[in-house]
Amino acid sequence: MEAIRHILRLRKTYRPGGPRQIRQKDIMASGKGSKLRGKPLKFGGDLVFEYTVMAVSTLTLVLVWLLVARMVFDARLSIERFGFGFLIGGEWNPNRDVYGALPFIFGTLVTTGIAVLIGVPLSIGIATYLSELAPPWSKGPLSFVVELLAAVPSVIYGLWAMYALRPVMVDTVEPFFQSILGWTPLFQGDPVGLDKFTAGIILAIMIIPTIASVSKEAMMAVPDSQREAALSIGATRYETTRIAVLTYSRSGIFGACILGLGRAVGETMAVTMTIGNANSVSWSLLDPGQTMASLIANNWGEAQGLQLSALIEIALVLFIIALLVNVLARIMVGRLMSRVPATGGGL
Amino acid sequence: MNTYEYRKLKNTLASGLALACVILALIPLVYILAGVVVKGAPALSWEFLTGRTAGTGEPGEGIGNAIVGTLLLVFYASMIGLPVGILTGVYVSEYGNNKLGTTVRFFNDVLANFPSIVVGLLAYALVVAYLNVGFSLIAGAVALSVIMIPIVANTTEEALRMVPNSLREGALALGVARWRTVLKVMLVNGRAGIVTGSLLAIARIAGETAPLLLTAFYSSYWSFSPTEPVASLPLTIFRNYNSPSEVLLQQAWGAALVLILIVLTLNIGVRLSMRQKTKKSKAVRTRWKTRLSRRD
Repeated sequence: MEAIRHILRLRKTYRPGGPRQIRQKDIMASGKGSKLRGKPLKFGGDLVFEYTVMAVSTLTLVLVWLLVARMVFDARLSIERFGFGFLIGGEWNPNRDVYGALPFIFGTLVTTGIAVLIGVPLSIGIATYLSELAPPWSKGPLSFVVELLAAVPSVIYGLWAMYALRPVMVDTVEPFFQSILGWTPLFQGDPVGLDKFTAGIILAIMIIPTIASVSKEAMMAVPDSQREAALSIGATRYETTRIAVLTYSRSGIFGACILGLGRAVGETMAVTMTIGNANSVSWSLLDPGQTMASLIANNWGEAQGLQLSALIEIALVLFIIALLVNVLARIMVGRLMSRVPATGGGL
Repeated sequence: MNTYEYRKLKNTLASGLALACVILALIPLVYILAGVVVKGAPALSWEFLTGRTAGTGEPGEGIGNAIVGTLLLVFYASMIGLPVGILTGVYVSEYGNNKLGTTVRFFNDVLANFPSIVVGLLAYALVVAYLNVGFSLIAGAVALSVIMIPIVANTTEEALRMVPNSLREGALALGVARWRTVLKVMLVNGRAGIVTGSLLAIARIAGETAPLLLTAFYSSYWSFSPTEPVASLPLTIFRNYNSPSEVLLQQAWGAALVLILIVLTLNIGVRLSMRQKTKKSKAVRTRWKTRLSRRD
């Protein structure tokens, strides 16, 4: 034991010919007449610049944590009053000063569910076409046009839904679903066009560009050897896509879907304008509802005291959901995410 | 059942289905653009573009103050967001090979896809409530700049990564200090990408509505002061979309047309200039190649 320790001690102090510890002195400039003589190579301006840039870049970090702290602080009234019951409280009543988040969590889940159900298959179809099937000259323009969907501001989607989508929903889509699925609790009531179904469809349109472009990137990242292997054993284009491309890129596609989900959860304006704004839980998709984001948008101006505090607690819940969803998506997609079209609507 | 014909048929069907998805997604885009032009164009006139949104529903009103408000918001937001975003990108790309760099990058990626209403709440908590400025132009600009920062930072980082390493090494080998290398070599050579990212970020924040609802609020008057509520195009649409008054509805559609023109011009312009740039650089490269090959 003693011998081993002795050897270890020796190795620490005595290293003949071994690498020397590099000291500050070694990275200093030399040269006889040089002004820089004796100064480290990393001097004045460099350090100032590096630390300035570092300080600025941590600004967003600081801001986000500040936001969390502020939100918890502002929501304390409501947190103290309702505790965990806030999340399952079904009533939002400013007259009695009772607030619960359930109708809005429910509304968010339902609209997001519709959006994902409609948006995901469509987006994967689009991504498949753009990455595997489209003639090369049309790939660029087509992807651009699909991404333009993301550039249209959210409030314009809402305006459009109000005057173009709503009549279509009332006259054809909703009666159609009622005639087939009218016996389920999902399609009860009269079609009015300002309901969870319309909001879900608008959301589906809005998340398509996100999911499609990220999935397309994931599919284009599949090595050609995979495709060639499938083609060489006689697979058709469809089979190649299914076996080689979709299987290989599934984690990227899944991440893209989560990313789209995140957009749908936080989307505010288009939903506020189409969902009908009713603070109640109703299973029928043809009834109006309210999401967390639309509730905040609707009640912000006049809320005070406990109501304001409750609204901020809802924002806190939304923040946590969005954070979880985005972190999950970010892990699934990896660095692909930075290539998400930078032009989103009013998320 | 698994005959060649059957598989071929399945292939054709699947291809058709994929194409149908693309067409289905393009219908709303065309429909929205057409709708906004058709309904918005009749509203446009000189008085409309210079009048103010009095909100009474009388004829002769316009969206002038909303246009100015949006321009001011975008200007102030860019003043804050562009430098911070670009410097963040510089840090992540040039000095970010450490834990802090990874964290900042991660946070920017997450923030880039964050619900904008929550970002609006940040600006509300910070500027409106904490600094006690009240609903104001500057609060709206802060909210928009927070949305802008991750977009600009990510594109700056990408742009700096595209700059060939030999340029950086060349500058350093000549004895140029590192910070001057970054400012004079890296940023200058990556400027195309940075400008692109900045313009896209501006296009994005021009249409943001939810954060403004929480921060800048609205004003039907001409207002240029940073500490007063200000009108904006998206909020004009939101306030009037459901109005029974024909005039106010016209304002919403007119504002939508102006807004979409701004956003699409920026997007398409950036896209086209980017394509021309890549074409040009390719041409330059081939010219050099032929010149060099001719020499030996």
